[in-house]
Amino acid sequence: MKVGLFIPCYVDAFFPEVGVATLELLERLNVDVRYPLNQTCCGQPMANSGCEEDAAPVEKLFVKNFASFDYVVTPSGSCTHHVRDHLTAIPQDPKVQKVRRSTFELVEFLHDVLKVREFPWARFQHKVGLHIGCATLRALRSASMSELGGPSWSKPRTLLSGVEGVEFVNPARPDECCGFGGTFSVVEEPVSAKMGYDKVHDHAKAGAEYIVSPDMSCLMHQKGCAERLGVKVKFIHIAQVLNGARA
Amino acid sequence: MKRVDHAEASSRFIAAKEHVDFHDQRLWDLRQKRDREAALIPEWEDLRSLASAIKEHALSRLADYLEEFERNATANGMTVHWARDAAEHNQIVHDILAAHGARTLVKSKSMLTDECDMRPFLESRGIEIIETDLGERIQQLDDEPPSHIVVPAVHKLRGDVARVFGRTIGTDPANSDVPYLAESQRRHTRPYYLRAGAGMTGANFAVAETGSFVVCTNEGNADLSANLPKLHIASIGIEKVIPRVEDVGVFVRLLSRSALGSPITQLTSHFRKPRPGTELHVILTDNGRSERLGMADFWYSLKCIRCGACLNTCPVYRRSGGLSYGSTYSGPIGVIIDPAFNLRKYSSLPFASTLNGSCTNVCPVKINIHEQIYRWRQLIAERNQLPMVKKEAMKMAGKVLSSPKLYRAAVQAANAGLEYLPRFMIYNPLNAWGRQREVPKAGRQSFREWYLANRGGK
Repeated sequence: MKVGLFIPCYVDAFFPEVGVATLELLERLNVDVRYPLNQTCCGQPMANSGCEEDAAPVEKLFVKNFASFDYVVTPSGSCTHHVRDHLTAIPQDPKVQKVRRSTFELVEFLHDVLKVREFPWARFQHKVGLHIGCATLRALRSASMSELGGPSWSKPRTLLSGVEGVEFVNPARPDECCGFGGTFSVVEEPVSAKMGYDKVHDHAKAGAEYIVSPDMSCLMHQKGCAERLGVKVKFIHIAQVLNGARA
Repeated sequence: MKRVDHAEASSRFIAAKEHVDFHDQRLWDLRQKRDREAALIPEWEDLRSLASAIKEHALSRLADYLEEFERNATANGMTVHWARDAAEHNQIVHDILAAHGARTLVKSKSMLTDECDMRPFLESRGIEIIETDLGERIQQLDDEPPSHIVVPAVHKLRGDVARVFGRTIGTDPANSDVPYLAESQRRHTRPYYLRAGAGMTGANFAVAETGSFVVCTNEGNADLSANLPKLHIASIGIEKVIPRVEDVGVFVRLLSRSALGSPITQLTSHFRKPRPGTELHVILTDNGRSERLGMADFWYSLKCIRCGACLNTCPVYRRSGGLSYGSTYSGPIGVIIDPAFNLRKYSSLPFASTLNGSCTNVCPVKINIHEQIYRWRQLIAERNQLPMVKKEAMKMAGKVLSSPKLYRAAVQAANAGLEYLPRFMIYNPLNAWGRQREVPKAGRQSFREWYLANRGGK
């Protein structure tokens, strides 16, 4: 099984430790994983702004970088959503279709493809508030959704339950959007910041020491909000916890 | 026509902290009540699918069902009018009122009449109009449009209502006791029912096979408006028609549970024929609906039954208030309907969304709301309605991100501390990110550089 690692642009530049944790975790699980050096972005920022035309060359490059792999794995739900559901600015030849089909967000890859449940090397003795980004939740359907009722289940939670010491705390509105939303965060800055403030307060009120998420962009936004507010909550990507980060 | 600036309007709403937090919590409570009611119905998801299918079917044969409705309604003794647009609708209403010499109109809630701007049209022709729904009345007295399609004054605190009533109907502006305010409004409105020459309602459903229509309300004001005056006019959008009376049950089970989290509205009134000695006029109104029916990506929005569930669940709506959308229809459903009326004026609305998808999940008729928002964004860019600064930023982002070399230079610049965020995130000249948030600090080494150093670029 040949796996191509896709590290989103903002993770590459601002949160390299999340990329390192993702890579090390996959290596620990004996996955043959490579990082194609000419990768940039999946095209999402342009397409979500309505500019599919500007996304097209970026999408083309993405497919070129990852066409030779059996799977593409990335620590980002919204990038996976873009590739799977919206990478439509370029002609849909078989190569493009194959890349779109074989792209997985890290948690679903671990949960559904590798079917990993135990992380014996990891220990995280903290009160954890889990934040699942909206694309991971409602587009990739990685957990039950409060709107739809039915029994409650969650792939990220199942994985974190395989880490010794994790104690979950539950915010009042577990699957309310945190307000990042890509360019929404700057175009609609007043509402975006208000949503982020409310989210951070909700987690703090529930007693979370750490907010853990499969979505680093949400965390980048929430972290910025918490720091400005002076709320003492810390943020960490799920890949880091699963890879054995202690704090 | 001036573009609506949703972000600017929302910042004014958020500045009133007490208001925004109350508004958010009040609507979130409705969302939670909706969840609890839905959970009590084991076949809830099947009901949603069924309702969606009935609507899709009805819309696919809209002309046939409308004509069936017209035939049966006419046979029942109603008078059926057809209005191509808002102007025709308003003219028809005025003509009917004039023919009956009616100078006072009591009306219950109707989004369609708001959409048609009917009130100013009739008022400028000497007709006195009294909104009888409590929320609509508050908004009318305050000279504001409704901010929510089900709870029109939800953005107001009770102290705000006390001040409006104190100014307009003579209550004590310092007394914000809710029963006192509601009772005062009731006493103020009742005499109008008795002297009104005409009453007006909307309709939730028009049933083709029976030529009847259904009005779902909680306050009793629609039934008073319809049953006291000798003339009843009902404004009905053409998308409200459903085939059979047994279909009504599907929608009635969904409507109030989705809207307010109550099992059913207090009143579900079926109107089939005029009472003896009175007239009942129905105005079937298009106003852009036929055109929307022809739009491949957007016709699904015509399934909407105006329950407001998407507004209640929308985290953006709850924190920006309905008035910030600058249109009769606000929140997620407004975002996908309004640009069809005027693309340029409402071109900012599809960007007032995080595409989180909660709206789609609560919609009782399964409109793919957040996917339509995404499609509208594409159309707005295609039709050159994006702000220039954004268009340029995206062009540049596309250029940088399609070239590994330019991309690496940008990341290196970020790592050297020259730039905090990729350019596509800071195109706003004021660097909106940092206004209320700390800016993420770039590491000295990107992931790619770490990989080259530690995995030797294998």
